[in-house]
Amino acid sequence: MAKRVGMEVSLGVSEAVKVADVDVIAAYPITPQTHIVEHLAELVANGELDAEFIPVESEHSAMSSCVGSSATGARTYTASSSQGLALMHEILYIVPALRLPVVMTVANRALSGPINIWNDHSDIMSERDIGWVQTFAENGQEAFDLSIHAFRVAEDHSVLLPVIVNLDGFTLTHVVEPFEILDRAEVAKYLPPYKPVQRLDPEHPMTMGAVGIPEVYTEAKKQMEDALVRSKSVVIQAWKEFGDLFGRYYHPVETYKTEGAETLLLTMGSVSETAMTAIDKMREAGKKVGLVRFRLWRPFRFEQFVEAVKGIKNPAVMDRAMSPGGPCGPVAAEVRAALYDQPNRPKVFSFVAGLGGRDVQVSDFEEIVSRAEIYAEKGAPATYDLIGVREI
Amino acid sequence: MSTSSAIIGWKNLTLGCAILEPGSSRKLKTGEWRSQHPVLDKEKCIKCAICYIDCPDIAYSQNEEGYFIADMTYCKGCGICANECPKDAITMKMEEE
Amino acid sequence: MIEQDLKNFQKITQKSLPTFEGLAQGHRACQGCGEVLALRQVMKALGPDTIAVSATGCMEIITSSFPQSAWNIPWLHVAFENVAAVASGVEAGLKAQMRKGSLPEKKIFIVATAGDGGTADIGLQALSGALERGHNFVYVCLDNEAYMNTGIQRSSATPYGASTTTSPSGKHSIGQNTWKKDMPAIAVAHRIPYVATANPAYHVDLMNKVQKAKLINGPAYLHIYSSCPTGWRHEIDKAVEISRMAVESRVFPLYEVIDGRYVLNRNVKKPISVADYFKPQRRFRHLRPDDIAHIQARVDADWEALQQKVALTNPASPEPEAVSNKKEE
Repeated sequence: MAKRVGMEVSLGVSEAVKVADVDVIAAYPITPQTHIVEHLAELVANGELDAEFIPVESEHSAMSSCVGSSATGARTYTASSSQGLALMHEILYIVPALRLPVVMTVANRALSGPINIWNDHSDIMSERDIGWVQTFAENGQEAFDLSIHAFRVAEDHSVLLPVIVNLDGFTLTHVVEPFEILDRAEVAKYLPPYKPVQRLDPEHPMTMGAVGIPEVYTEAKKQMEDALVRSKSVVIQAWKEFGDLFGRYYHPVETYKTEGAETLLLTMGSVSETAMTAIDKMREAGKKVGLVRFRLWRPFRFEQFVEAVKGIKNPAVMDRAMSPGGPCGPVAAEVRAALYDQPNRPKVFSFVAGLGGRDVQVSDFEEIVSRAEIYAEKGAPATYDLIGVREI
Repeated sequence: MSTSSAIIGWKNLTLGCAILEPGSSRKLKTGEWRSQHPVLDKEKCIKCAICYIDCPDIAYSQNEEGYFIADMTYCKGCGICANECPKDAITMKMEEE
Repeated sequence: MIEQDLKNFQKITQKSLPTFEGLAQGHRACQGCGEVLALRQVMKALGPDTIAVSATGCMEIITSSFPQSAWNIPWLHVAFENVAAVASGVEAGLKAQMRKGSLPEKKIFIVATAGDGGTADIGLQALSGALERGHNFVYVCLDNEAYMNTGIQRSSATPYGASTTTSPSGKHSIGQNTWKKDMPAIAVAHRIPYVATANPAYHVDLMNKVQKAKLINGPAYLHIYSSCPTGWRHEIDKAVEISRMAVESRVFPLYEVIDGRYVLNRNVKKPISVADYFKPQRRFRHLRPDDIAHIQARVDADWEALQQKVALTNPASPEPEAVSNKKEE
């Protein structure tokens, strides 16, 4: 039976991994991911979860072990963050290329330097093109639900790709929230045991990870990308079934008070809750503002987004990562590309805020909205605005 | 066998580019690389299997009479067998000869 | 414990060579490659119930060029520096699934293979982690003493004095100016149950070591001498001969370390000189007599140190276990 608990979000994620009955966890500790893997180690140690916990000597080995484990057909999980994710980088591309449904939680954190353990999205924005399905959680309940959903999507035979669930380091991982925990029997109705299509098996020897000569490399990449693009419908269908079973429905894009909005904030992750408070405040003051939150970040090619921003004059994207030397924040660049071919396309304004744990407050969103309104009228700067930077 | 067998449309490619047929490299006839080949003198041969176990190309197999014979489909002509044969029963001959 | 693991150990002899081949014909190794020869012998001894994972390197490239594979057993390649971590995952994946009943209980051997660069340099951390965690697998380092796949660049396993493309000999250079990293000693320092050196010129000894390595529970490390005609610039028919000379010159001694106990497998009483060992290899051609004397002194000292390890770990000092060598037969 589902039960309502007050729990640190990290522990909630571990509980989700437990009820998903994973076979192998390979993980290396990094702040702010540690509570997730500590709790999993504890669950394995006290017999609540029957799994192999590999306490690897680096994140590079964590992901490498995950590849080996998943290639035997085991349900496989890891979690990481920031420098650890960057250390995995090389292997991250190989997991979807081998079509292995590894699931990973990323506790989003700034990348060095300077070294900084606090929240932003620079770690995951560096991993945009790895070929994984990527979702973003806004709160504890969502972190739990998306973790279950991740296994369901990854292991679907028309997908067979790894999935990352992003959640903001500290601002989400380390807060205690009330949420509903599903038990194993309930989850079993939603998440059947993983049935690998291919695995390392002496009874049926196969070669995995062969050299992709020029004659086949393009086709190999195309096959993987096609699966990623098509995963969108599985992601959406799996969310629908999740809602039908457990009463909580999720969508690739969520809108908040977008009716009649002229200026639209676009956000991702836990900051969206602050953004909603800001929207409420500005709406009360008579401003025509709304909010769009991205839950699905990869694949990012969806009509749901275009539909959500239809008729909006001033989309203002708040990125939590820089793209140094580039024209705008990384999410803003994608939004611009997504809207470029639309009739009467709006200008897309790019703002970067909340870097390295800098608090993002209601006033910051008010600032973004007012600047977007001014830029809409008088023209925008050629690049992006770094909100809250001290200009002295 | 050339790389032409890799010219496959992406829709027909195996999942994750896996190779499902074990030992399919047998289609590659590495004997074509050879410039010399081993010739066995059965009079001297003691069937000790040194040539068999020292062959990097897995070319040798035992025939019904118990002699180890190199398969010219795969023998690259390195000559290790001739060099290692304890009875000097193998000599390398140039392909033209 | 080890005695228990080895109770089904059946010694391979020249008369009972395994017929199984884990590798198939048609691989693209250079003519006369000593490394693929060693790999072939390893796979013969491992048998069909084996999953192999390989690091990036010559053996990976020459066996898996899509769409043909030279592997008769299940095989996985992921990257260069992580083969021991990948093997850790394979072991854990099978273990969990067999325990939970999603796979039938069956003994499956796991082997990780890498070259000297993938072992002593870029893969050292992953190897150390896997050995320390105690995964039940066999790690095989196929040591051809440089990065051959990329074109003969030096590694930390390149011997002193060898000329490579990144340690070239020249007016101001002897070639490689550092001593070869002692990988077996590093493996031993992890206190794993089984470490051994092997050499394809002593194929019966090699295959028996592989058998022990696979049967003993826990990690096993095999360091296998693998000559490279292309990189060492020796004649293509000399791979086995030079491998034998490496042992007979005491440059590459054959020994096992069983639960910390050193066993010398071949007591070379009348060694050939290092100069004789170097002669057929053009990578050493530039060395002057005093350079060679300097190396000879080091080889002599290393041999003495090995003898001392044997003596120290064997209070009763049993006779060295002889291995068959066809030149003696």
